[in-house]
Amino acid sequence: MDFKLKIWRQDNPQSKGKMVDYEVKKISPDTSFLEMLDQLNETLILRGENPISFDYDCREGICGQCCLFINGRAHGPIEHTSTCQLHMRSFREGETIHVEPFRAGPFPVKKDLKIDRQALDKIIASGGYISVNNGQAPEANQTLIDSDTIEQAFDAASCIGCGACVASCKNGSAALFTAAKISHLFQLPQGKIEHKKRIKNMVETMDQLGFGACSNTGACEVECPQGISISHIALMNREFWK
Amino acid sequence: MYYTTDTATTPNAKIPEGDLKDKWSNFKDKTRLISPNNRHQYKILVVGTGLSGASAAASLAELGYNVSTFCFQDSPRRAHSVAAQGGVNAMKNYKNDGDSVYRMFYDTLKGGDFRAREANVYRLAECSSHLIDQAVAQGVPFAREYSGYLANRSFGGVQVSRTFYARGQTGQQLLLGAYQAMMRQVHLGRIKSFTRHEMLDLVTENGVAKGIIVRNMDNGEISRHAAHAVVLATGGFGKIYYLSTLAMGCNGSAIWRAHKKGAWTSCPSWTQIHPTCLPQAGNYQSKLTLMSESLRNDGRIWVPQTKNENRKAIEIPEEDRDYYLERKYPSYGNLAPRDIASRAAKERIDAGHGVGPLKNAVYLDFKDAIATQGKDIISKKYGNLFNMYEKITGINAYQQPMMISPAAHFSMGGLWVDYELSTNIPGLYAIGEANFSDHGANRLGANSLLQACIDGYYILPQTLPQYLAQQGKATPPESSSEAFMNAENQVRSQLEELSGINGSKTVDHFHRELGKILYDKCGLSRSAKGLTEAIESIRVLRKSFFQELKIPQVLQGINEELEKAGRVADYLEIGELMCIDALSREESCGAHFREEHQTPDGEAKRNDSDFSYISCWKKNEDTPVLIKEPLQFEFTKPTERSYK
Repeated sequence: MDFKLKIWRQDNPQSKGKMVDYEVKKISPDTSFLEMLDQLNETLILRGENPISFDYDCREGICGQCCLFINGRAHGPIEHTSTCQLHMRSFREGETIHVEPFRAGPFPVKKDLKIDRQALDKIIASGGYISVNNGQAPEANQTLIDSDTIEQAFDAASCIGCGACVASCKNGSAALFTAAKISHLFQLPQGKIEHKKRIKNMVETMDQLGFGACSNTGACEVECPQGISISHIALMNREFWK
Repeated sequence: MYYTTDTATTPNAKIPEGDLKDKWSNFKDKTRLISPNNRHQYKILVVGTGLSGASAAASLAELGYNVSTFCFQDSPRRAHSVAAQGGVNAMKNYKNDGDSVYRMFYDTLKGGDFRAREANVYRLAECSSHLIDQAVAQGVPFAREYSGYLANRSFGGVQVSRTFYARGQTGQQLLLGAYQAMMRQVHLGRIKSFTRHEMLDLVTENGVAKGIIVRNMDNGEISRHAAHAVVLATGGFGKIYYLSTLAMGCNGSAIWRAHKKGAWTSCPSWTQIHPTCLPQAGNYQSKLTLMSESLRNDGRIWVPQTKNENRKAIEIPEEDRDYYLERKYPSYGNLAPRDIASRAAKERIDAGHGVGPLKNAVYLDFKDAIATQGKDIISKKYGNLFNMYEKITGINAYQQPMMISPAAHFSMGGLWVDYELSTNIPGLYAIGEANFSDHGANRLGANSLLQACIDGYYILPQTLPQYLAQQGKATPPESSSEAFMNAENQVRSQLEELSGINGSKTVDHFHRELGKILYDKCGLSRSAKGLTEAIESIRVLRKSFFQELKIPQVLQGINEELEKAGRVADYLEIGELMCIDALSREESCGAHFREEHQTPDGEAKRNDSDFSYISCWKKNEDTPVLIKEPLQFEFTKPTERSYK
């Protein structure tokens, strides 16, 4: 398959970026989107040009490192799929594909399509845990947790921290990311004790870092590669105001 | 001769006295401690923030030590432990199915083909139970029965159910537990986390580890970090095969650079080739995604009876299917250990029974499981794996069997460590997959998450203080010495050398070539002839790398090609040592299958009288030196490893 690409190029965080046109030819439909970019980069390198910088690591949809905004959607056209799990068979022959970084105030662009998402780590550091020191834990089966609760907590815990929710939100809100962690820990009996403090600290940190407010458009839920529901945001809001 | 042997040196594994079950307690009873008031004076560097690194960093910081962590990812949460799917083993005997610490120890030792230390393996099983308690306390959502009790499943190479799991994302959930514990300490100011920083050298003074040199991958800055101890938790180097189940960034550089500073490397050729991965489909491919071994609980593996079968899988009737694992290994069937399952697949594929467009795969079929248990139950157990399979291949595995194939996965080999997880360089520790560890010549499924956690949560925080206590009063670490200056200069000149070659081939070209050589000659099956050819080919490839490499000549700022070039330069050396290690071991054991050494029915033939040792490779100008650590079996008797 042949494609035309319009890709965001930016040398460093200070410089002004622009969209640059590229073409790729004879790409197998089973090639992943990132492998298509690998092939383009090999050509660029051999031509003596700077290859395109983009984030990736596990390439199996779980590490959350890859983060491309493709044709105006975080992680591209397929729902509940991270960029690395997207294949060229999902595009039309000859299609022009726009590739940009995830954009949000707290996610500055480092170079080309690579962004800085340390803000998400800071939200977790402010309270996204149960404060148990190594060695303190009681026998695991002493606390029974019914399987439905575990499944619901798991749905929230499955967040891969990619930031698609933030990039998809017109307000640049990290509500889904933050709520997922709050909800994961709140639903478990062992996470309830610190709940009040956790929710206050995490929400405050989220605001201080410059993420926007949630206005319930639901865009985040649509683009989340793990399909995490905005009902967790409702839970966060309800609990925050309690 | 590709190596020399040093028979005068005998490594001291520092195994504590006493009965097998008392050794770890005996160590803990007598180890020296550091008073809580003094702990903050000791600085510890942890390189790598996967499950072992994050858990070690968090545990040490909780104790009060001054910790810095380094990872190449943009967040510690992305380390490749995140990708482990199926589960973590632990001896709880919740199933009342006859499990015990001894049985878990014996399964692991036997699974590793009696090529690990008894005392280490026993400790792994002994500490496993508490890990589940700790993870649950952190909020890890392990699967539960309807009653609310923790659920278990089985993994390969055992006859009990001791695997705890969180859907198909157990590694992610355990890593998030460790990451969150670590971020809590970052928040408390006890850990300083350096993300997007790659270790490029170890600094030693008078043979003692004193710190590291790192490169900031965002701006190219090189910096020195001095400490009282350095912990390498940098994972495995299976990515050396280019196509593997590992993340693209996984590499062997930290441990290899430590090796070049004197740390011994043990059994580098013991690479686990995982049986259930997606097959290669073309040359553009960058990785082979793993499908969890847990699928073998319910999936049945088969190939067509006839060669070059052209019918679709669902059109092939039962009588024309060969369930070869059930046929060859009736007592373990589809849950035969990984090395055995992979080799059996290769044997069938090589014999012309492979399936798929490139005839390089076997079927993994859920037809019977769906018929007996229903689609809902199968979906609950493996739903995310079936989805992942469909995303990548476009095939619905509820309707037709998956196609799977063996791929490079886990490094049983790594830096040599003693019982205390210390390398032979005082002050340098290696934990998790980075060390040669407890898995012997073949790791059992769901034991890697276990080992990473046990090393990080339970062993290192108990053993490292002993080393610090021996140093006496802590003096602030200094990075201005000549050793630091030399190491930094060396790192700078290597980066300049790589970027200045200006040839005509990309880094990936060399990596792919190396991968092909290793898959062919040092993969599932090895021979003296093949290994010798591989060593010569790698030498030619390495020479060409330093003449023909082309990368952007940028030293400041982001340059992924420069990062990759450094790693591949190391891989080209590691690959040669892997082949030399495989060549020196004239026996078959676990994942190491030498064609010259097999039983009449094609099984691995071990040679305990000559090869019951751990190889410890010492760096020497051109020719590596082999030192042997003999394995002593005081409490078990190595037997022929049979799963029939």
